[in-house]
Amino acid sequence: MNYIPNLIFAFCFFFATFFFVRNIRKIYRNINLGIPINRSDNNKQRWIQMTKMAFGQSKMIDKPIVGLLHLIVYLGFIIINIELLEILTDGFLGTHRVFAPYLGGFYNFLIGSFEIFAFLVLISVIIFLVRRNVLNTRRFLNPEMKGWPKNDANIILYAEILLMSLFLTMNAADYWLQLNYDNSIYINVGYFPISQFLVPLFDNFEISSVVFVERTAWWLHIIGIFIFLNYLYYSKHLHILLAFPNTYFSNLNSLGKLSNLKSVTNEVKMMMDPNSDSFAQNSSNTDIDKFGASDVFDLNKIQLLNSYTCTECGRCTSECPANITGKKLSPRKIMMDTRDRLEEVGKNIDNNNGNFKPDGNELLNNRITAEELWACTSCNACVQACPLGIDPLSIIIDMRRYLVMEKSAAPSEINNMMNNIENNGAPWPFNQMDKLNWKNEL
Amino acid sequence: MKVLTISEMISLGKSPEIIFWVGCAGSFDERAKKITKAFVEILNKAQVSFAVLGNEEGCSGDPAKRAGNEFLFQMQAMTNIQVLNGYNIKKIVTSCPHCFNTLKNEYPDLGGNYDVIHHTQFINYLIKENKITIVGGSFKGKKITFHDPCYLGRANNIFEAPRELIKKLDAELVEMKSCKEKAMCCGAGGAQMFKESEPGNIDVNLERTSQAIETSAGIVASGCPFCNIMLNDGIKHYESENEIKIMDLAELVNQASKI
Repeated sequence: MNYIPNLIFAFCFFFATFFFVRNIRKIYRNINLGIPINRSDNNKQRWIQMTKMAFGQSKMIDKPIVGLLHLIVYLGFIIINIELLEILTDGFLGTHRVFAPYLGGFYNFLIGSFEIFAFLVLISVIIFLVRRNVLNTRRFLNPEMKGWPKNDANIILYAEILLMSLFLTMNAADYWLQLNYDNSIYINVGYFPISQFLVPLFDNFEISSVVFVERTAWWLHIIGIFIFLNYLYYSKHLHILLAFPNTYFSNLNSLGKLSNLKSVTNEVKMMMDPNSDSFAQNSSNTDIDKFGASDVFDLNKIQLLNSYTCTECGRCTSECPANITGKKLSPRKIMMDTRDRLEEVGKNIDNNNGNFKPDGNELLNNRITAEELWACTSCNACVQACPLGIDPLSIIIDMRRYLVMEKSAAPSEINNMMNNIENNGAPWPFNQMDKLNWKNEL
Repeated sequence: MKVLTISEMISLGKSPEIIFWVGCAGSFDERAKKITKAFVEILNKAQVSFAVLGNEEGCSGDPAKRAGNEFLFQMQAMTNIQVLNGYNIKKIVTSCPHCFNTLKNEYPDLGGNYDVIHHTQFINYLIKENKITIVGGSFKGKKITFHDPCYLGRANNIFEAPRELIKKLDAELVEMKSCKEKAMCCGAGGAQMFKESEPGNIDVNLERTSQAIETSAGIVASGCPFCNIMLNDGIKHYESENEIKIMDLAELVNQASKI
């Protein structure tokens, strides 16, 4: 027996798994750089939310045509990957279609379904490519989509075309061999509803050439999958995995409720309580909290998970009133910047023996500017639009908090408004004592 | 017309069923004051036992919180909570979705737990309880579009209460191209009301106003004094004041209601 292919396969498998696990651990470590946040409540509601949004793709239907195409690719991804079980088993054991004899007619049904899905995925992905590159869909033309993000999206689509084509080629060659080559390896296992149309392509081939095509396609397909698996980390495509935890942990409160800053509550309570001994309290509190966020360390873990989950579809940005009216703010860019900065921090930690060495950069100013932050109307259109439950608004508000409370860097009109609230109990310069004057006009 | 403050009411030995939280716009802005007055007229017609806080009503803190000033927000909120809890208030109705959202969602973390109701919900309740009756006719066949305030709709999932009122007016409800969950903001939220907008192609309120104009409705109804101000600026900009009126639902119902 020749075990070399098995060994090569096993090597590829462990190599791919090793790097994949290493990257996943990096993501996990980076997310844990964030501030802890308790989202262990309402388990049941969270499961329902994940089932609806991630498994059920409930929000993708907001755009029916694209939603349907995405659903096909998603189902195709899940269903065709069942075949991966057999491919892996064959790879390790050196067998060929190991499950076919055991499953009989059901095997035929399974392979048939995989093929139909592969074909539908192929069509959908080609439509996606055309839409991204030929049709002028506004949300793919924003400034943050120039360069790598655009190429990244195209690479993923090309990879899917390649994988589906290899899968169908492999089946077509196999089916040709089943029909034309009397050999115990290539027993007849089914009808191959799609790849049977490719079979005539091999009619002038030698048997050995078709075997070669089948083997090559098989190997390229599985190696392609290994590469794709490891490309995920470097791409915007992690949502195929992170959609599940992200929807599970996403916010369950009314969208209008902004987080309450506990550290502020303690101080305000102390200020308002005439009996409190603020000096005694303060002296025990040596760890002074930073208010708001200027870098990824100041964001919470869910916000960082959000940034890895974002697949840059831009539904948020296309609903953002500030962006629609030409302001610089783009909620998608907020998420992309957060992830890019988090990756930069992660690499810094890798290069400095596990410790972050201050690099003079921050999320604020280096990536996200005050102009973007102040353009937000806090309308929640971005949060509502995200099919994955990402919350760009919470990051915007946290960064405004830093600008206002740590840097006193609010626009002057905002400062006037805040002075009015402080002095008059209203954001306008009217006397609080006049608050009931309207009554006299009745 | 009867408007008592809570302290006046207590000195008369009575306690109100409900507090009407007027808000800053409803107290000071010339346009928004008309909404306040219309709502007070409805409350009087329906003989609701209500009181206002008057000078004791501070800013809810919404613009401060959304501008990022959590200190100022919490100071305002806790002062208001002291007042509200001091009077043992249980139920609050307000005509401002920003106050509504803040009181309802953000006060509980600071010790303020109230049943907070938006005035469009409350007016619906009054109609259902036959406290007021809508006299059909004056709006019959007229086209009305509804602009969803972000802090009423998306933020708190109240989409139907205001629409039910429009239907009760016998008017034809027409929707803008973005409505309900996908409604576009008027441009005032997140403290934008109080500052110039960042450089861009067009102001948010003008974009939203042109969506409203596209419906060819004669009335744009809303349930937020800030949306009202923004959209009014919008129709002035497009010189459409004669064709379109920006009206609060309280004003529309008040025009069409009797005891």
